[in-house]
Amino acid sequence: MLKLIGSRLATAVPSLIGVVIVTFLLTRVLPGDTAAYFAGPAATPQAIAEIRTKLGLDKPLPAQFLDYVTALAKGDLGSSLSTGQPVATEIRNRLPASAELTLAGLILALLIAIPYGIAAAVKQGTWVDHSCRILTTAGVSLPVFFTGLLLVYVFYFKLGWAPAPLGRLDAFASPPPEVTGFYLIDSLIAGDFETFRASAAQLVIPAVTLAIFALAPIARMTRASMLAVLSSEFVRTARAAGLTPYKVIIVYAFRNAMLPVITTLGMVFSFLLGANVLVEKVFAWPGIGSYAVEALITSDFAPVQGFVLAMAVLYIVLNLLIDIAYGVIDPRARSEA
Amino acid sequence: MHGVIDPAIAGALAPAEAPHGPLLSVRDLTVEFSTRKGIVQAVKNVDLTVAKGETVGIVGESGSGKSVTSYTVMRILDRAGRIAEGSIVFSGLDLAYAPERQMRDLRGREMSMIFQNPRAALNPIRKVGHQIGDVLLHHLQAQPSNVKEKVIDILNQVRIARPEERYHAYPFELSGGMCQRIVIALALACRPQLMIADEPTTGLDVTTQKAVMDLVTELTRARGMSTILITHDLGLAATYCDTVMVMEKGRVVETAPAERIFRDPQHPYTRKLMRATPRPGITLRDLLPEGEAPAAPAEGAAVRAAEGAGTPLLKVENLVKEYPRQGAPVAMLAALFGKAPPKEDGIFRAVDGLSFEVKKGESVGLVGESGCGKSTTSTIVMRLIDASSGKITFDGADIGAIPAKEFAHHPIRKRIQMVFQDPTESLNPRYTASRAIADPLLRMAGMSGGAKLRAKVEELAAMVGLPGDLLDRFPHQLSGGQKARVGIARAIALNPDLVILDEPTAALDVSVQAVVLNLLEELKQTLGMSYLFVSHDLHVVKLLCDRVIVMRHGRMVEEGASDQVLEAPKDAYTRELIAAIPHPPV
Repeated sequence: MLKLIGSRLATAVPSLIGVVIVTFLLTRVLPGDTAAYFAGPAATPQAIAEIRTKLGLDKPLPAQFLDYVTALAKGDLGSSLSTGQPVATEIRNRLPASAELTLAGLILALLIAIPYGIAAAVKQGTWVDHSCRILTTAGVSLPVFFTGLLLVYVFYFKLGWAPAPLGRLDAFASPPPEVTGFYLIDSLIAGDFETFRASAAQLVIPAVTLAIFALAPIARMTRASMLAVLSSEFVRTARAAGLTPYKVIIVYAFRNAMLPVITTLGMVFSFLLGANVLVEKVFAWPGIGSYAVEALITSDFAPVQGFVLAMAVLYIVLNLLIDIAYGVIDPRARSEA
Repeated sequence: MHGVIDPAIAGALAPAEAPHGPLLSVRDLTVEFSTRKGIVQAVKNVDLTVAKGETVGIVGESGSGKSVTSYTVMRILDRAGRIAEGSIVFSGLDLAYAPERQMRDLRGREMSMIFQNPRAALNPIRKVGHQIGDVLLHHLQAQPSNVKEKVIDILNQVRIARPEERYHAYPFELSGGMCQRIVIALALACRPQLMIADEPTTGLDVTTQKAVMDLVTELTRARGMSTILITHDLGLAATYCDTVMVMEKGRVVETAPAERIFRDPQHPYTRKLMRATPRPGITLRDLLPEGEAPAAPAEGAAVRAAEGAGTPLLKVENLVKEYPRQGAPVAMLAALFGKAPPKEDGIFRAVDGLSFEVKKGESVGLVGESGCGKSTTSTIVMRLIDASSGKITFDGADIGAIPAKEFAHHPIRKRIQMVFQDPTESLNPRYTASRAIADPLLRMAGMSGGAKLRAKVEELAAMVGLPGDLLDRFPHQLSGGQKARVGIARAIALNPDLVILDEPTAALDVSVQAVVLNLLEELKQTLGMSYLFVSHDLHVVKLLCDRVIVMRHGRMVEEGASDQVLEAPKDAYTRELIAAIPHPPV
């Protein structure tokens, strides 16, 4: 098992190096002159040139890259030009907000999609199966900003059940003392149930928005892989041995069907990271997605690079977790390592 | 009833319900499947009786309905199938209309099943001990506190060595024969009264087959169980069954005691099957139905063979193929960090110093059990993979020196062709039969489309007996035998000198196998080709080959004229191999 983790970590190193290079180059080829933008519309060419020198943008690309990597090695992601704040601090402050939202969405999606997918496969061709198909088609075809706005319209504007979609907590509440950065967990640690309720209320609609988007691929994959496993020979053996449907479906079929679903989860998570950017905009969520979009619009290199790097690390960690989960479930994967 | 039921009591109780009469009595059973093309009757008016302690064989070719019959008895048909008519009475209970809950109780405890392809029949990610334990616990034959003990006891009974260790094994860690023992253990765990074995040894080596069948017979006899053995192999049925029922296209054509059905088959279909089964002391012609002997080869056709007869065409000297025992990913990772891949002492030699010769116009059989290196050898001779060392000479040219990657474009490539084991898998599903046959002509003979190509394809199809109107069909629209013919036509399209036949009939029914083997012999006579025939079945090899090489662990254990090797084997292993092949008593 340790060997498996070690070998997966080792393969992550080249991808990380690649990400560092690509993000650096990508931010350099994006349209827009940072210095000109920063100097403002009325600046003289001298002023722009001065700023350019100050930012080190007049150096050749390899030299700029060297500067970037040296700083990165010290944990310095640079500073945002528009806010002046160090990027590392900003990301540290904003990442929990995004992570809380994404994970809540993902867990919600899993809780709905997996039982639904199993039910659709077991009751193939019945109304359960058809309703699953309708739900998943809707899930993939509705963009998140649309479902997000629709939910806000219905549950906040029309029904008034949900609080105003303005961030993680309403303006009158104060955040719980920080332990994990996740308001739901921190408020429980602090024993502050009022804040817990308030932050949960804020979280529900954006999390549901993400969940609707994420559950489609998970449910489809669960259904397809359950169907394949249910028609396999070992399930027939289990049935011929008289085992109960529960044991056959859960212990024999589902554990095997889980393997491709876990692989899909990695992809779903990366889709969610993308979708997150839009959802954070719609719900004024103070996460790193909205931070990165603002930085991108103003050609602010450092936050964009920091964001992409943070996402890449997150994605690699997640894939590592998936591989470990795979190894736990499948003895064959363990022995291959 | 609660708690653990003593198996002895359970066994004593059940027969009391029906003191007289058979254990299982199927009457007038018809099973229908709803398919896209409408309702298909897979089994029609089948009667089957199994007495206590009796072993009944159901014999038939693919599509005869033999498996469907047994699945219906267990009531594990898939969703599309249903019982249209008939009754299934099992120790006094009518199973045809029994509720599912009652069936679940019976399955595993009173009737159980073992399957073809034992590895697939086991849950790949659950320890085998737990899988057996599941059945024991479900049928209240054990309690969580003593389940492991009971499972180990059962593993002992099916002769699994080191059962405490194997309890924790996963199916992929066990050999095929061992997996089948686990499946048998699973089926026998609750001491059922009836066991249905559906092709239990297909895909296993003959010696493993014998060990598994002997074990099943011994265990079922000791428990006084009844067995239904479903097989396509008449030899197996003859050796292990009391009564044999022959099925064709969903109907029973003949039922008789095993002894009588082989001595005196009544139905023409039974006779045809009997004839098609390879057995000692016959020739290829004997496999075909009476009065269907193929026409003698055309005059003067064997000229090419006669011309160079006796001169060596293929010469293999000291062939070695080594594989590292370690998994490739780790070696790759080591390479990534600039380390040399760790040198393991355990290098696995798939082929270990093999030398042999194939003369012009000669057929040589390469025989052995799985893992003996016969397929590796044929793949190296075909130059699809490189040997670790050794020399391969083809008609004077050292083809072993040509890297496998370049051989595809080498002029000699045209002269060596291959027919593969699985006729379905070896055809491109998106190519029509004529496109598949034309493939080598387009690639290696420089022909382009048009009337000339079509004429050549039609000529080849006629040679292998493939009707011209089938040429525009896709593989899924052809039968197994027709696909085999396409594969053969493709191999002979370029008029090769050497054809490598890798178990070309292993996936075919015996009657189709008989026809294909005769076709191969006829083509050899007509075209003067040499064959390198790779097979695990000595009887089949003997029919087609002049000479046979018996392999084990990558080495040759015996070589000689086919008749000689089969009738007077010198090596102990060859003797064991021959003795393990079951055959009808004719």
